[in-house]
Amino acid sequence: MTSKAKQVYLIPYYLWIALFVIAPVLLILYYSLFDLNGKLTLSNYANFFAPVYLKMTLSSFWYAFLITVFSLLVAYPAAWLLTRTKHKQLWLLLIILPTWINLLLKTYAFIGIFGTFGPVNSILDVLGIGEKQILFTGFSFVFVSVYIFIPFMILPIFSALEDLNPTLLSAARDLGASGWTTFRRVVFPLTVSGVRSGCMAVFIPALSLFMITRLIAGNRVITLGTAIEQHFLVTQDWGMGSTVAVFLIVVMALVMVLAGGRKGARNGK
Amino acid sequence: MKQLVNAFLAVMIAAFALMYLGAWMNKSEGYSGGNTLTIYNWGDYIDPELLTQFQKETGITVIYQTFDSNEAMLTKIEQGGTNFDLVVPSDYAIAKMKEENLLLQLDHSKLPNLSHIDPRFMSLSFDEGNRYSVPYFWGTVGIIYNPELTHGLTFKSWNDLWDSRLKNNILLLDGAREVMGMALNSLHYSLNDTSEEHLQGALKKLNALSPNVKAIVGDEIKMLLANEEAAVGLVWSGDAAEIMDENDKLDYVVPEEGSNVWADNLVIPRSAANVEGAYKFINFMLRPEVAAQNAEYVGYSTPNKDALALLPEDISGDERFYPPKAITDKLEVYDNLGKRMLAHYNELFLKFKMNND
Repeated sequence: MTSKAKQVYLIPYYLWIALFVIAPVLLILYYSLFDLNGKLTLSNYANFFAPVYLKMTLSSFWYAFLITVFSLLVAYPAAWLLTRTKHKQLWLLLIILPTWINLLLKTYAFIGIFGTFGPVNSILDVLGIGEKQILFTGFSFVFVSVYIFIPFMILPIFSALEDLNPTLLSAARDLGASGWTTFRRVVFPLTVSGVRSGCMAVFIPALSLFMITRLIAGNRVITLGTAIEQHFLVTQDWGMGSTVAVFLIVVMALVMVLAGGRKGARNGK
Repeated sequence: MKQLVNAFLAVMIAAFALMYLGAWMNKSEGYSGGNTLTIYNWGDYIDPELLTQFQKETGITVIYQTFDSNEAMLTKIEQGGTNFDLVVPSDYAIAKMKEENLLLQLDHSKLPNLSHIDPRFMSLSFDEGNRYSVPYFWGTVGIIYNPELTHGLTFKSWNDLWDSRLKNNILLLDGAREVMGMALNSLHYSLNDTSEEHLQGALKKLNALSPNVKAIVGDEIKMLLANEEAAVGLVWSGDAAEIMDENDKLDYVVPEEGSNVWADNLVIPRSAANVEGAYKFINFMLRPEVAAQNAEYVGYSTPNKDALALLPEDISGDERFYPPKAITDKLEVYDNLGKRMLAHYNELFLKFKMNND
């Protein structure tokens, strides 16, 4: 097949990218330059660097970081165990299954589970710890978000672990490496690409979470996603909402470039 | 490759079959003819029996669609491409739709039953002379509380919410106008106040409330309060009625400093396809016995004075939902403060939320 014919096949893809990726981003950029009265201005960007939004940005990053770290802590051992099980496909299916259920439904379920009279508090009561407020705290927010993002962390790590050549492990053991050393010097470096894509798949959407902040955290956690939702739906200040979105897009692009850049350097070695 | 083509063909055939089936089903239910009326209303906001009755009387088939916030409804209608014949927005949304020229001016001669509406609910600030809207239901914003959980506290004033015994026990609605309005009212200002000094005072007062606030939530507030997740809530009267239906321990009060009175209204959008049918429907809903049946089903307060007379005493005499004149005189409608002021209200509300952690 000539390379020209190949180009023709790419046309739908380019069209798709232009219409549904590039055009919307340009539109957001365009909207971010208008204030409430439809005047062309940069004031939205000036507003963004006010203490309210800076504080919000910091808390968004902090929570996204926590969510990513805890997802990783749960997902890595889980993915490791998965590669050792007999019915891998079945277990994998069970992990993917919850992602078929609507996010809101899962979140609503947690309101019941974490509530004052919910099962978690009943268990705490029986254990003699007594009733605790779980709903509407930073803890519950991180917990539910981690629960939602775990499949996206497990999958890339799992495929990286699957690609790992088992003879390398035997070799490490033969050469007298302890379990920890094997993990640190052999397994982890070889699966770091999976960890990286998993972290990106979690960190980036976690930055802009919004429904969970209201349903689970009762607006005690405010993220940039909440601000965008408010500006588009309530204040109708599309300019400010777009500005926050532009900021998020820039940050996400930076994260991708940084993560991807290191990968490129390693491959080039 | 052959497999792929086969799979693709199978999907196409299935899609066409479903399309045909859908069209056939619509036809068999009478949806395809011109004699339909598309109503866009809040969820669970009409007695379905009345829709059947209307269909029987007029032969017009009603297509009923629902929304869950004024903003969602506005966005859909502003973008066009819809042909709703009748919509039920709240006061400030009507002011906005009027500004954007989305509404059809009403011909009052086609609405003889308008005379049943209590004059108190006519010609409100968002629509002088009811040129575009007909009142549907109304209500207030107030405090719902569970006497068993409030340590014997009862509520007469907004300022009772600041009591230190309510630590971490109050749920607020996630609405800038409602929460800011409450703070302004507690300082004896108008809830449409635009003075910067007063607004900053309200923010300061709200920040002082932070320790008592357990969460700021949306529609879930109904479920949370009915489940006794918190002792006190800031809610709309209609939600309060629903919560009290589920858990009769709770009680609702409109504080003495005054509060907000809101009204949902029937309007005909400019893009309506069946204007005559819409008039017929409005007239039908204004009929006292119909309005009474609807009010009994929905549980909100009816602005129809002749319907009120038909309602049983335990509903029409309930001062929580039909407050006496001394209280209604102090109630205010949310004025459309303009985009800029609304953004400022939201900014202050956001500051209060950020202060919360």
